[in-house]
Order: sequence, then C-alpha cells, then structure tokens
Amino acid sequence: MERQLTEIRWHGRGGQGAKTAALLLADVAFAIGKHVQGFPEYGPERMGAPITAYDRISNSEIRVHSNIYEPDFVVVVDDTLLHTVDVTKGLKKDGAILINTEKSKEEILPLLKGYEGEVYTINAKDVSMRTLGKYFPNTPLLAAVVKVSGLMSEETFLREMEKSLRHKFRKKLDVLDGNMKALKLALKEVA
Amino acid sequence: MSLKERMSGNEAVAYAMKQINPDVMPAFPITPSTELPQNVANYIANGEMTTEFIPVESEHSAMSAAIGAEAAGARTMTATSSAGLAFMWEMLYVAASSRLPIVMAVVNRALTGPLNINCEHSDSMGARDSGWIQIYAENNQEAYDNFLQAYRIAEHKKVMTPVMICQDGFIVSHGVENITLLEDEKVKNFVGEYNPEHSLLKDTMAVGPYATSPYGMEAKRAQAEGVNQAKDVILEVAKEFGEISGRNYGLYEGYCLEDADYVIVAIGSACGTTKDAIDELRKEGKKVGLLKVRVFRPFPAEELTDALKNAKAIAIMDRAESYSSQGGPLAAELSAALFAAKSKAEVKKIVYGLNGRDYRVEDAKDVFAALEDIAENGNKNPFEYTYIGLRE
Amino acid sequence: MSLTAKNINENTKWQDLTLGLQVYEPATSRDFMTGEWRVSTPVLDMEKCKQCLLCVAYCPDSSIPVKDGKRLDFDLNHCKGCGICVEACPFEAITMKEGK
Repeated sequence: MERQLTEIRWHGRGGQGAKTAALLLADVAFAIGKHVQGFPEYGPERMGAPITAYDRISNSEIRVHSNIYEPDFVVVVDDTLLHTVDVTKGLKKDGAILINTEKSKEEILPLLKGYEGEVYTINAKDVSMRTLGKYFPNTPLLAAVVKVSGLMSEETFLREMEKSLRHKFRKKLDVLDGNMKALKLALKEVA
Repeated sequence: MSLKERMSGNEAVAYAMKQINPDVMPAFPITPSTELPQNVANYIANGEMTTEFIPVESEHSAMSAAIGAEAAGARTMTATSSAGLAFMWEMLYVAASSRLPIVMAVVNRALTGPLNINCEHSDSMGARDSGWIQIYAENNQEAYDNFLQAYRIAEHKKVMTPVMICQDGFIVSHGVENITLLEDEKVKNFVGEYNPEHSLLKDTMAVGPYATSPYGMEAKRAQAEGVNQAKDVILEVAKEFGEISGRNYGLYEGYCLEDADYVIVAIGSACGTTKDAIDELRKEGKKVGLLKVRVFRPFPAEELTDALKNAKAIAIMDRAESYSSQGGPLAAELSAALFAAKSKAEVKKIVYGLNGRDYRVEDAKDVFAALEDIAENGNKNPFEYTYIGLRE
Repeated sequence: MSLTAKNINENTKWQDLTLGLQVYEPATSRDFMTGEWRVSTPVLDMEKCKQCLLCVAYCPDSSIPVKDGKRLDFDLNHCKGCGICVEACPFEAITMKEGK
C-alpha cells in the first residue's frame, strides 16, 4: 500500500537508541527525496525509562508538530515494555507492529491485547551478534522497519544505506561490511 | 544552488552560527539549547569556525561576557533556555540599554515550576520587556532563516538593539525535518562585516554610565526608538533575504487569513499544526484562518489588527501563563490593540501547551468550533480565558 | 547634536542623547567639581607627615597629588571629605575640619 504519509511510533528505553533509530529512518527516507520528521518525546531523562520517538515520512511538506496518536506502524525496541506500555494504542488496523524480541511470535501475541493488524518480530540481538559480533540493535531494526512498512524497496534501501555507511565508516571499512551484512540478514529474518 | 538537508532546529541554528562565524560566543549549557554551544565548539575544534568561545560559569556571566565583547566591537552571540535566560535577566537589560546588538538563540522551555524541561514560551515571554527584539520561528527552516537575518536587524544603525531568535524547545529544537540551506558565500555577503561606529577597542569611551532621574527617562525613550525603528528594518532585511533565498518573511504570516471569519493567532510550532487543521476545515467550507506572529518585539499592533479587520471571532493563544487572570501576554497585548483599533470581533483568550502539553490538529479544530459559537452567540465570558486540554 | 559630555545637560532632549548614554571622551570628571559636595575637609600637618604616601593609595578620589615622590597638599576639586586618609595615616598628620 502506497501511503502519502507514513507515521511511525517507536517505544524503547532511555539509552537503547530508539531515538537514534527513528532519526536513522528519517535519514534514509530523506535520502530518497521524502519529507521527513523525526523527533523524540522526552519523559524522565534517565537510562532505562520508557521513551517514545516518532517518524513522519511524507510525499509533501510536513507542517503538523504534534505527537502521533494513530500511527501506521509501531516499533518496540525492548519487549519488556509490552508488560507496562500500551504499545498498540491507536495503532491502525491496516498497519503493523514490529517487535524486537528473542521470543517467538506465539509468545508475544498474547501481550498485544488482541491487536488485529499484522505482527512482526525480529531478533535484532541475534542478527547483530552474528554479523557485527556486538549488540547494536538499531541496524537490524532499521532494515526490519523498512521492510515491514514498505517505505522503499529493499534494493533502494540497501543502496542508500551503503552510500551513507560508506561515508560514515570511510576509515573502518570492515565495520561497513558488518553493517551491510546485518541489514541484509535482518531483511531476511523479519517475519 | 541551495542545499537540501535534514536537520533539527538546534543543528540548523548552529549551522547558521557557523556560516556567520561571529567573533565571540560566551555560553553556558542548558537543556534544550545545549547542542548550540556544543555544535559551535565542535565546529571551532574542527577548524570550521574562528569564533572565540568563552566557557563561562553561568548564564549571568555569559550575558556579561557578551556585553563586554560586544562593547569592545566584537560581533557576539550566545544561546540559552528557560532558567538560563532567567539567570541572565539583570544583564539582558544592560545589553539592551547599552544598545549592544548581541544575537541570542533562545530555545523556548518552561520556567520552573513545576520542574519541567519541555516547551513553553514562559522564558522569553518573561523577558519581553527587557528591551530585546524577539523573533519566533514555526520550524527549523524559520529558525535558521531568522538567525541569518538577526545581525542585519540588530546592527542596523537605526536599531542597535539585541535580538532573541526563538524556537520551540524539543518540538523544533530536537525534531529533525527537511531544510534548505544557503551557501556560505551567500550568507557571508548577506550578513556582511560588523563595523560599529564606536567601540571600546577603537575609541576612548565609557559604556553603561549611571543616569540620574533628569537623564534616565530620556535615555529610556531613546532606547525605545531603536526597537520602534526595528519594524521597518525587519521588513527591509526580510525583503533582501527573500531575494537571495526565495523565502519571504514579514512581521507576521497570514494563512487563509484574508477572507477568514474565524482566526487563530499563535506563535511558534503550533502554527504548522493549525495550518493542517485549516486545510481540513476549508475543505468543509469553513472560513478559518491563521495569523502567525513572527515578531513579538516590537509588537506590531497596527499590522496585526489590520490583518484581523475582517475576522468575526479571534482566538489568541499563548504558550505561557502570566498569572494575570487575563490569559497570556499575547492575548493581553493583542486584545488591547484590537480595542485601540475599534475592532468588533469577539475575542477568546486561550492558554495551551504548558510544560510541553501536546497541541494537536483536533485541538485547533475545537478552537475554531468555539470561535464559530461565540461569533454566533456572543462571548458570554469576555473576561475569562480558557485552556486547551486541561482536565477539569 | 554634540557628543561631548559637557554639552549634555538637564535640558537635553532624548533625541540628542548619545547611543546608550555612551561617553566618547576621557577625563570628563574635570568638568564636574564633585568636591563641591564636601561637608568636611581634610587638613594636612606637614610637620607630622613622614611622606609614607599611604594616604595616596587609600584616597578613592585621587585627590592627593604626588610630585617627585612626595605628596603635596590636597587637591580639593574632587575630594568629598570621606576621611579615609585620616584613618590611613599612621602619624596622625591628617585631621578633618568642618565645612569646605
């Protein structure tokens, strides 16, 4: 489904990089010519406290400056939030939720309060450990959300990411390689 | 060719600072403006700026050092928010009365208490009578553009008055959005060099002398003239800026305003949200519009009331509570101006968005519905002001 | 519009003041004889004075001229009669008298 405006809400904990992930998504959408808005909602500024971040990705200028109450997609960076935060609140039925978890989808579903839309999971830790040797969940999550949301084709996404990572890691090309592997594996693993 | 980028409001203003490359920046960090001195310090460390950065021990010292630097003839800037601005209070008045054209980036955040770091206009609104010019932005693009125009206004011979360039904390300062930047060369030519007529390094002179009562009143009247003259200068500078950027600015912006019966008057990021509500309501045939106040000091009373002359009902919205029992400062000043202009419009004073409370498209629609109601049935409580989204 | 401090007085209009009341010349105190405010006046007893020059350092109004390492009598144009020199003098060489 081609959306004029895609709205995404991220749930994470302070220090886990949910805000960074939201900004990375805005970056890659900007790179393909979209109008973007990526912003955090700050609560208690403490590591581990639940935080929310948002993305708006649009074909036209974005003027609205409020939070997102009826997102098309929700990304949950930390599955322990499922017990305390109403992550599917306002989530559109024709949208989807993506959860970073080591658990199976069957274990996750009962925690989603009967959400009727699509549910996807990704084990970003596993993907990250296998490709980067360290736990950097943002890279696999970014790939997963691009696939789930259909914001751009996998080819476009990988091409743009390689361009930006090549610039970012121009002195550490092995890191570039690991990141590209993580993106590709995540695109396969998300389901 | 201009440069398409995506940046947060803080990044955008820091980029403008880099392009202007002023002589001196004394600053002390405070959320949500911390990134401004931080990014400038990075630019300096990377050799992209030659600004003398002065790490001071407080905002009072930041403004004091800015005053000293500016009096010495250096183009000076600083940045702050909330309690930091409050801590500058005493020196704000010294800067303005000494006619020192400092430019300060203000990232609007609530003053305490309750202790809160989120967006509110209470900080700069509290400083509205300090003698500084105040220009507000709706988004990162405007924050960037306003900062580029600031020195031309502040340093104009007729003005010689410091300027605050305000943006909404977090909503704009930390929100990454598309932006179009100007090339360094264009900025350099537009802003130009700073050559004050008098300065401590050039002349034998004294700044900030004591004034007894036979002189003080004339001194203040002379100071006011700088602010009064700023209105024309802001427009002149905006016109020239429009020529190099293609982006046009005035003292205010009207959106669907000319034929609007029901008008929201607001400042800052809420205006973008209001525009979306207007588009939706216009499709339903509702004659709704927005008046976005860009320049709050000097207060463009004649221009604003003229722009509102066709409105039947006006909602004046403040992102600040002034505990005056009369709503916020914009409501108080614009109401007074409407009275002077003999406006017959019904007025609704509204306080919204305190301590970062979200303002949504639905909220704007509710306000327009309320305006329709008072236009039809009259305002039963003209002295009352109301809140958006208050639980009661 | 004159920019010299001497020409700004209590009849000057706001339009004729300098920017921010800035003063563009040095030594404007020469034009203002603040010694006129004095209600008591220091008197030096040259016999007791040992020329230690402590009074010179303490005087807040630069009213004790020094020549060839020796203090002269008071320059009363700006002396406000504060009496600090009396306290500073270890030899009781300075006393205050009432009036100018």
